[in-house]
Amino acid sequence: MTTSQPLSPPARRAGRWARIPKAPYLFILPYLLIFATFWAWPIISSFLMSFKDSRLGADAPYALSNWSRLIQDEFFRTALRNTLVILVVQVPLMLSLATVLAVALNSKLLKAAGWFRFAFFAPLVVGTVAYSAVFRLLFNTDFGVVNRALTGIGLPAVDWLNQAGPAMSVIIMAMLWRWTGYNAIILLAGLQGISEDVYEAASIDGATPAQQFWKITLPLLRPTLLFCMVLSVIGTLQLFTEPALITNSGPGNATMTLGTYLYQQGFRSFNFGYASAIAYTVAAIAAVFSVIQLRLFGRER
Amino acid sequence: MTARPQVAAPVSPGVTARKRTGAFWLHLALLPLALIFLAPLWIMAVFSTHPDSAIFSPSPPLWFGGNFMENFRGLQADTNYLRTLFNSTMIASLYTVFSMVLTSMGGYAFAKFEFPGKNWLFGLILATLTIPTFVTIIPQFILVARDLKISNTYWAVILPTLANTIGIFYMRQAFQTVPSDLLHAARIDGASEGRIFWQIALPIVRPALAALAILLFLASWNDYLWPLIVLTQKDSYTMPVALGTLVGLTRVSWGGIMVGTAIATIPFLALFLSLQRHFVAGIAGGAVKD
Repeated sequence: MTTSQPLSPPARRAGRWARIPKAPYLFILPYLLIFATFWAWPIISSFLMSFKDSRLGADAPYALSNWSRLIQDEFFRTALRNTLVILVVQVPLMLSLATVLAVALNSKLLKAAGWFRFAFFAPLVVGTVAYSAVFRLLFNTDFGVVNRALTGIGLPAVDWLNQAGPAMSVIIMAMLWRWTGYNAIILLAGLQGISEDVYEAASIDGATPAQQFWKITLPLLRPTLLFCMVLSVIGTLQLFTEPALITNSGPGNATMTLGTYLYQQGFRSFNFGYASAIAYTVAAIAAVFSVIQLRLFGRER
Repeated sequence: MTARPQVAAPVSPGVTARKRTGAFWLHLALLPLALIFLAPLWIMAVFSTHPDSAIFSPSPPLWFGGNFMENFRGLQADTNYLRTLFNSTMIASLYTVFSMVLTSMGGYAFAKFEFPGKNWLFGLILATLTIPTFVTIIPQFILVARDLKISNTYWAVILPTLANTIGIFYMRQAFQTVPSDLLHAARIDGASEGRIFWQIALPIVRPALAALAILLFLASWNDYLWPLIVLTQKDSYTMPVALGTLVGLTRVSWGGIMVGTAIATIPFLALFLSLQRHFVAGIAGGAVKD
């Protein structure tokens, strides 16, 4: 074997290329091929496509027609507004609940912690189609268990899926149910990384549990919370299955999201150029949100 | 109490009492919440064993009935459910195996080698992590349907999802725990790079690989949008796509749909229960690190 030490620095003079290790490239190559074909190129291709009216065929000239249409598109505005409403309501609610849950599940005072963890983490493995089906049935106006429970305790039944506000709240409740445990599990792991000593020192100094939560837990959990927040925002911006299956984007377009609109334009109308413009709008919004979140909550990393 | 105690603070009766009331309120708050979280799963399991007449009756059942097989037969007739289960199993298994090979090889190189372009490449891969998958979905569809002409095949579902950026990040983290000295020693002994990877590094990160495998399998098993786009023939549907076609219909057997969702969910629930500790560690290892 004449292979040189893979970790040695490249030689300066002749033989430099011969000294560059080949093994690491061979290890990465299969991944890179897939990455380049199915990720890197599509990211570029999609951007180019957003400047073509794909209904005119593959040779259509580059133009701004998709983007000018997007600005005037009433349906797009509705989808954007609905998505942002869900985002602004659901993500903070979910992350607050997940944080409180993670702290509670991490508490030494908790008996039967395994059982409680199971209860809150169980939705984690349920697929979006499965739970969308269950929620559609639970919130059925005439037969749904939720309305049965409401009328059972003397409250009026709600026409959940046929009214704009209630339909939106069903989607938010469904997402809360499905994703809170996922975030709680990540936050719980973050909590377990915080040293016990910090809390012991604090309680010796007389800090109350509430003070410990605000002054120790939250600041130390910030990187984890930031991670959860960025992922949740990107996930919510791409919301598709729940509005597609629970409310069918309705009533009217009351729960149409950027995701369901993109699907409709791309894979029902096969208007790839316009759908690409929608996709890039989602990416731009995601980028703006990420920057804002890093600025506000990132600080000295 | 002026001097700070050197060892553990003696626990006063007041503190114990406060802890006890704290524990009481904690359980009182968590219990109803836990029941709410479990309720949809319970209802799914129970409803899968009842006919629609019971599900839609004025007082819906809260305990199991005897109509499971009947519901299953209805579901099978509507969707060829067994076929879609087979498709889903094949796709999720192939995806998991291939993705593990690709991401562990790549993660190993990024963790354990120095080479020109390494930081640049890794930065590029990480940068795409925050790009929504929506951006790639249309070119991927054109690639799969028009250029490669593999719509309605397993590969149409698997190939584009293999570029798993989180996976490579996760495996890089895992391989960083492998001591470099061990790999050097093997090199000095004349082992080839492939053999060092396969026989030394990989066995050390086996727990991380196991956690990743479960996450990959679940992600593929539950994926909906991409299979919905590239699978257009009924016999090629995955299980979520087949269930999705039923949910939107007006006249539909909800007992059957609940059977489908239960079969898709309950095995993983059991697996999750038995591996819960590894799951927490696994998700933590892959998710959070800076």
